[in-house]
Amino acid sequence: MKFAVIVFPGSNCDVDMYHAIKDELGEEVAYVWHDADNLDEFDGILLPGGFSYGDYLRSGAIARFSNVMKAIQKAADEGKPVLGVCNGFQILLEAGLLPGAMRRNNSLKFICRPVTLRVENNETMFTSLYELGEVITIPIAHGEGNYYCDEETLTKLIENRQIIFRYHDENPNGSLENIAGIMNETGNVLGMMPHPERAVDALLGSADGLKLFQSIVKYWRVKHVVTS
Amino acid sequence: MYKVKVYVTLRENVLDPQGTAVKGALHSLSYREVQDVRIGKFMELVIEKSERNVEEIVREMCEKLLANTVIEDYRYEIEEVVVQ
Repeated sequence: MKFAVIVFPGSNCDVDMYHAIKDELGEEVAYVWHDADNLDEFDGILLPGGFSYGDYLRSGAIARFSNVMKAIQKAADEGKPVLGVCNGFQILLEAGLLPGAMRRNNSLKFICRPVTLRVENNETMFTSLYELGEVITIPIAHGEGNYYCDEETLTKLIENRQIIFRYHDENPNGSLENIAGIMNETGNVLGMMPHPERAVDALLGSADGLKLFQSIVKYWRVKHVVTS
Repeated sequence: MYKVKVYVTLRENVLDPQGTAVKGALHSLSYREVQDVRIGKFMELVIEKSERNVEEIVREMCEKLLANTVIEDYRYEIEEVVVQ
């Protein structure tokens, strides 16, 4: 399986993401600059964390108009797995690939530490290797992770089981319904504030994030064995 | 030419943690009268005259980029200025 790590001006978790895929997951991966036209050669798209365009105006607001976003939209429409972490999640929200928006953390502080998450849905291409209700430890590092959406959207998220991760022991940022990660209705675009790519080896404090990437690979393998 | 002032604020039903912190600070300075503080953004744009209606352009820019209408409201003031 071949992954693209999209690099925006101001991305700073791109190297972590690349390392997680190449060294820990053992799959193919390449950096793709934000002005790329085409992502057809890739099977999975990863939007890393960071501060694209300095977070000017709003996090992700400017990056969503990058040229590569057209190709990301196309990949999403084709059903390819698209994962946005932290700033990547914020970009997917601004682009409308996921519903809702981010507000500043209710503490107004940038928070950088491991948190516990509960896996709310394990029947997805991103979480099939987790147990339902499994509690995992993944670090967060953000100042704007306070998820918000209107009531109608929230009802839909709950009904369609689109809430994939919730903060477990505590809600670090004030996000609605303790939401830490959501996916789109078709189930191939996931956005999450915690950084699974920073939790892929016990040496890093936790290896709980690795199963997320392994789930994607498993999904891809099964699909390609069946269809080809 | 037009001088355009754009004001972007969090929607009323969206909690504004910055505004709440500033309200607390004003209260501690004994400005007890302060009921509410909302913090927003102020942008000044200078726009050249074109065939398109300027208000239409401004509204479009607000919807597309300047405000995130999921959580923010915007308003604007348009003033025509004469360039010497």
